[in-house]
Amino acid sequence: MRLTRLQKILWAAAGLATLAYGLLVLLPNRASEAVPQAAFRPTFTLPDAEGRVRTPAEFAGQHLLVFFGFTNCPDVCPTTLSEVAQVMDDLGDDAALVQPLFISIDPERDRRLGLAEFTAAFHPSIIGLAGDEAQTRAAADSFRIFYAREGDAAAPDGYTMSHSPALYLIGPEGDWLRQFTYGTPATDILADLQPRL
Amino acid sequence: MKSLILSALLTLFAAPVLACETFTLGDLNIEHAWSRATIGADRPGVFYVEITNNGSTDDALIGIATPAAGMPMLHETVVTDGIASMPHAMSIPVPAGQTVELAPGGYHGMLMGLTTTLAEGDSFPVTLSFQNAGEVVVNVEVLSLRAEGPDCDDAN
Ligand SMILES: [Cu+2]
Repeated sequence: MRLTRLQKILWAAAGLATLAYGLLVLLPNRASEAVPQAAFRPTFTLPDAEGRVRTPAEFAGQHLLVFFGFTNCPDVCPTTLSEVAQVMDDLGDDAALVQPLFISIDPERDRRLGLAEFTAAFHPSIIGLAGDEAQTRAAADSFRIFYAREGDAAAPDGYTMSHSPALYLIGPEGDWLRQFTYGTPATDILADLQPRL
Repeated sequence: MKSLILSALLTLFAAPVLACETFTLGDLNIEHAWSRATIGADRPGVFYVEITNNGSTDDALIGIATPAAGMPMLHETVVTDGIASMPHAMSIPVPAGQTVELAPGGYHGMLMGLTTTLAEGDSFPVTLSFQNAGEVVVNVEVLSLRAEGPDCDDAN
């Protein structure tokens, strides 16, 4: 069977239309699948370096960049905090719309070593939070993240911490928006963040 | 955006020199030895370096020593199922013909028991011990707390 040129064009048009219709039907479904059924709002009740208790309520309207870590962590933690600092620098005037939080998973030692000077060394905008054991565990559970104290005779004070090293983005209504896996460059975080502000 | 480009340019031009020094020990080339500034001396410091084995025999980094820390150790940061921990590395393989990096988020020298604050711009010696090649002393440049590595022209 030989098709005329017109027939070929018509078949091609029909094929394109089918494809376009398929995309129209499928794409919105995909998108709605990515949105969680109910908003996930992780929470915390933790004192800052001055002992003032902070909760998500006071940051309503701002985006939060939340990182769980410990200050005796010279390898992984500075990388993420440096990225956060770079993002805050590059945000310029929009920096006021974003609040970075460092939540200590080793709160007793971090308070003793100095929480405020640690966060300030990376960026003055970062608020360090360090509660007691129960408050810290509650915050981590709420964010659905893991941390544990591991005995290690060779480590300072005989222990070290293992923890989830990702960075979490919380929206202005307190909704979990996404996480940035460890090692996400500051430019990528910035590119994701800027259109949201 | 303008400030982004500007800060990128500044980073390029603010190339420190010391961390770009290359040290040779037999078939091993050792470069980009750097550390991060610390806040006081109570928290551990860190040591990073890049080792290239140009020979045909495998080697391994088996230890580090430095007057800057009472208890320097080799560590490896591992992220398993989204959890980061840093077990000791008994030795770090430096296979023939390959380059091994001690870099943020992987192998690193953990400088516990710092004898002094590591301030940006300072430098201190670290002795690297290899299984086959023996020992070599390298100069380590202290970069800012926010540094992710030295900016060397030859960095690739
Ligand atoms: Cu370590």
